Amino acid sequence: MKFDTPATTNPIDQLKVIGRPTDRIDGPLKTMGTAPYAYERHDVVANQAYGYVVAAGIAKGRIVAIDVSSAEAAPGVLAIVTAQNAGKLDKGDFNVAKLLGGPEIQHYHQAIALVVAETFEQARAAAQLVRVDYAPARGVFDLAAAKGSATKHEPGFGGPADTASGDFSDAFAASPVQFDETYTTPDQAHAMMEPHASIAAWDGDRLMLWTSNQMIDWGTGDMAKTLRVPKDKIHLMSPFIGGGFGGKLFLRSDALLAALGARAARRAVKVALPRPLIFNNTTHRPATIQRIRIGTERDGRISAIAHESWSGNLPGGDPETAVGQTRLLYAGANRMTAMRLAMLDLPEGNAMRAPGEAPGMMALEIAIDEMAEKLKLDPIAFRILNDTQVDPEHPKRPFSQRQFVECLRIGADRFNWKRRNPLPGKVRDGHWLVGIGVAAAFRNNLLMPSGARVRLNSRGIVTVETDMTDIGTGSYTIIAQTVAEMMGISLDKVEVRLGDSSFPVSSGSGGQFGANSATSGVYAACVKLREAVARKLGFNSADAVFTDGQVRSGNRSVPLAEAAGDDGMTAEDSIEFGDLDKTYQQSTFGAHFVEVGVDAATAEVRVRRMLAVCAAGRILNPKSARSQVIGAMTMGVGAALMEELVVDTCLGFFVNHDLAGYEVPVHADIPHQDVVFLDETDPISSPMKAKGVGELGICGVGAAVANAIYNATGVRVRDYPIRLDKLLERLPAAD
Amino acid sequence: MTKVSFTVNGRAQELELDTRTTLLDALREHLHLTGTKKGCDHGQCGACTVIVKGRRINSCLTLAVMHQCDSITTIEGLGVSGNLHPLQAAFIKHDGYQCGYCTPGQICSAVAVLGEIEAGVPSHVSGDLTTQPQATTTELRERMSGNICRCGAYSNIIDAITEVAGDRA
Amino acid sequence: MKSFTYERVCTPAEAVSSAARVQGSKFIAGGTNLLDLMKLEIEAPAHLIDVNGLGLDKIEATAEGGLRIGASVRNTDLAADQRVRRDYGLLARALLAGASGQLRNMATTAGNLLQRTRCPYFYDTNQACNKRNPGSGCAALEGFSRQHALLGVSESCIAAHPSDMAVAMMTLDAKVETVRTGGAVRSIPIAQFYKVPGDTPHIETVLEAGELITAVTLPKPVGGTHIYRKVRDRASYAFALVSVGAIVQRDGTGRLALGGIAPKPWRLEHAEAELPRGAKAVVDRLLADARPTPQNAFKLTLAKRTLGAVLAEARG
Repeated sequence: MKFDTPATTNPIDQLKVIGRPTDRIDGPLKTMGTAPYAYERHDVVANQAYGYVVAAGIAKGRIVAIDVSSAEAAPGVLAIVTAQNAGKLDKGDFNVAKLLGGPEIQHYHQAIALVVAETFEQARAAAQLVRVDYAPARGVFDLAAAKGSATKHEPGFGGPADTASGDFSDAFAASPVQFDETYTTPDQAHAMMEPHASIAAWDGDRLMLWTSNQMIDWGTGDMAKTLRVPKDKIHLMSPFIGGGFGGKLFLRSDALLAALGARAARRAVKVALPRPLIFNNTTHRPATIQRIRIGTERDGRISAIAHESWSGNLPGGDPETAVGQTRLLYAGANRMTAMRLAMLDLPEGNAMRAPGEAPGMMALEIAIDEMAEKLKLDPIAFRILNDTQVDPEHPKRPFSQRQFVECLRIGADRFNWKRRNPLPGKVRDGHWLVGIGVAAAFRNNLLMPSGARVRLNSRGIVTVETDMTDIGTGSYTIIAQTVAEMMGISLDKVEVRLGDSSFPVSSGSGGQFGANSATSGVYAACVKLREAVARKLGFNSADAVFTDGQVRSGNRSVPLAEAAGDDGMTAEDSIEFGDLDKTYQQSTFGAHFVEVGVDAATAEVRVRRMLAVCAAGRILNPKSARSQVIGAMTMGVGAALMEELVVDTCLGFFVNHDLAGYEVPVHADIPHQDVVFLDETDPISSPMKAKGVGELGICGVGAAVANAIYNATGVRVRDYPIRLDKLLERLPAAD
Repeated sequence: MTKVSFTVNGRAQELELDTRTTLLDALREHLHLTGTKKGCDHGQCGACTVIVKGRRINSCLTLAVMHQCDSITTIEGLGVSGNLHPLQAAFIKHDGYQCGYCTPGQICSAVAVLGEIEAGVPSHVSGDLTTQPQATTTELRERMSGNICRCGAYSNIIDAITEVAGDRA
Repeated sequence: MKSFTYERVCTPAEAVSSAARVQGSKFIAGGTNLLDLMKLEIEAPAHLIDVNGLGLDKIEATAEGGLRIGASVRNTDLAADQRVRRDYGLLARALLAGASGQLRNMATTAGNLLQRTRCPYFYDTNQACNKRNPGSGCAALEGFSRQHALLGVSESCIAAHPSDMAVAMMTLDAKVETVRTGGAVRSIPIAQFYKVPGDTPHIETVLEAGELITAVTLPKPVGGTHIYRKVRDRASYAFALVSVGAIVQRDGTGRLALGGIAPKPWRLEHAEAELPRGAKAVVDRLLADARPTPQNAFKLTLAKRTLGAVLAEARG
């Protein structure tokens, strides 16, 4: 199905199932501990051996010699894979660094060997016996120091490196009120709870891989390319994924090494990345340095706005697209954005939840707060004053929907914004300095082609198959809701099968495109199935009504199960999106409100209240969508207050590479969170009239926290995370 | 190799194990009770939480051979399809999870937390050390802090536990 | 993890004689730190002696009016003990500020005292660390040192001691009871228990090889207001940046120790003498010899302000 004109009324609009808060259909499996994650598939193949990864102990250089003789002689060892014996390997299209390093080492903890043994304990012990002599080379690890060497590099995703409209320089110079500040965001880790894990088994020249991957088709393609085998020889299965956040978008070393290990050992091999390796072995969100300049009229109207961002990556890697939102969020005739990329020898930087906008909004939305204060304007009023209903770089291009102002107004009302004291450092509650802050939420709505197959059987059960994944996002449930709505059946008559490369290729999970794209693909397949059923029953498909397990047309009514017949019926289709995303700018909007307490003595920051108001098209399942938003808000609190992969700029690696060193929020850091979804449908987005929401929720949270800290203390920190040491010396004197 | 016998979810188990085998790996790799998760293997996440002799512990930081004769409860022992433990049902109702990987640990921990509060064990946030703690949201958040949820379902998890705690009171 | 043999023993005498007999022995009780380190081969014992069955899990009153805490009393049980909650609130508070509920259910009193540093370079076996690999150097000196010590440090090591409980024990003048090979027992005042790194950072306590902690004793309660204030980045399940354990009497005198700033809980009696003159006077004395790195110098301010808050709280 080609989606190239705005949606009109369709069966989804019945909203009998879609749009209703629905418990996850996979909830019992997850709460009983029976949902099968990749490393746990004892059921799928016999005689599984254990692989343990050996990772590089230097950041850059070469392996001079690798001695595996002691490891090979260790008890239980079946095989050892290194670049020397792995055979010729290619590199996946989506990988920047090689997944199996050697002799060249491109980054710290790059995998250089896999030890396969009968048991996990044997493999782990033997891995320690692999002796490696390195010739280390000098590397570049410090973004601030390398900033001057950064060059223009067109990113693979997220628009061009540079944009300009009007004349920023002149307009900024002529602006009566000017603002120019620089912000920094650190490298961050996805730190999903399930480590990257895979079980691989060869059946002749066919590879079966049970893994944890967000993008089945990318993973399958890159495994085939890396191993230099045809793609149809790879069968990848990933029905449950213990969190991804972008960290499992790509083929990673666990999967490749499991496949190589299984080939070498002639056995099924399972590999999980040990937690202390994950932070340097896999990808991360790159650090940024961002300069923002804003020039306004005296009344606060923006006349000039510029956002520049510097980030680093390995050669072949992309910049962090941190300026994207500034192209679209606020009005202003004279604008420029630019991204520059420095070559660093740190591990590969890549997508993490809301790549670009997440760090970009952390900077932009502090700048807006600062500018509002400079103008003596309320920060909400300043944002509303500079709202735009068109793409400000291309004013003939409207937004498909833009309820940004509504989000701000409703949020302000709900959060009791009017009680905020605009003078910072004035509100005390015992030993807490209390402040509240606001920030915009903004994330583009991305669309991806997505396919599905639906099968109706003689019991009236509809089975849907798509390689779409559920990484905690609730895909199982919204896909079931879509089928139920389209076919007029109850949820318990829908069976959803996901994450298998033998199923039609879907959007996969990423970029908050999954829910809208994948359900649209399921919609398309259901439209085909409805047509086939109607045709089979001799109904006019235009007036056939699918409801309550029946198909009705005029006075005739036939049970859906009967229509299926003994052989059942199958339909397959995919959604493809035309150029409505070019005619219209499709984005999601929101407003984040945060109240913090800052300990007057120690500067410890604790979040007291949080609210997000979101306008993101039709909300397919308000229950799981709300969870997406609160989860993103939680990750945003982490980004604001504690998360930082600390770079040792001499040794060239992320030092705090475990879950004790890389702190993410715990229960005690997170208060009750409120989420409001505005009533919105966006017929320009898809037949579902939905958009993404899972990444919108993180965009702006960090800045809302930062602005609340400023309101509480009068201390403006432009360098994330805002840990107490950045506040301490500037706090008002303690009692 | 060393023999060890213990009870898991009411069933006697006898295993012959490499002494290096953690309780977590004994459950997951030898007994195929994979509901207990390995998130970090270093006591830094809580995904491996099980209840041993009535107490919640990180099963990744204890050796299986140290549990001779112990009685162990895992997520598989709390409830089954059609007869879920009240906390399992409450997690579903309140959407107290997303990816589901930390969920068994969260639920095992929550079961034990309610027991700890009932038994009067104080916490870091208990105002007065000498009085009986209550299942307030502040208490629950502190006590559940050894279970990391990167999906950020905390607010919903606390709603789920609060509901069950309220039903008990 | 290297292979090891495993043995369960029933008496302290058996434990120490086994340790003397088998080279490379280690005692294991809670295991929360030892197993963590064994997985990384930072610890690699050849023989593990399980000391959970020695009957050292009781908390008993002493003839002097204090408490004798068995070495394998779990952190949870110690914090929940009514006598501890009533008379040694500082200790209960310090325990409850540490780790997580699950870890406190496992961790023992003796094991907590013997916790090793959480320095990330100590934990990464690719990196230079004099504590882990004597003579290899210290990567933290020029590296990431925000969490590190600034008192009692040396050119060899700037690692901080991670324990909260030990800060309380230091403040409370606890004594560590041990048994050595051959059965000799001794009682070590906690002030003499820990060693500063000097040029032997791998030697962390005065314990001899094969010496087993059997109990920690507390003198009779000293009254006063007990406060343990732990400052950390996240609200729970994190190690201290700075912590203050204090007992303050009505007349303003008292005692205190600091955590997070030194290779051992840091207590200076001549600084305590300054207590009635307020936090600044105490801290000026206490931190006079501090040798911070640029990354952890904030701990000077933080310690001062935290102590100020603690004294303000003690005043009520």
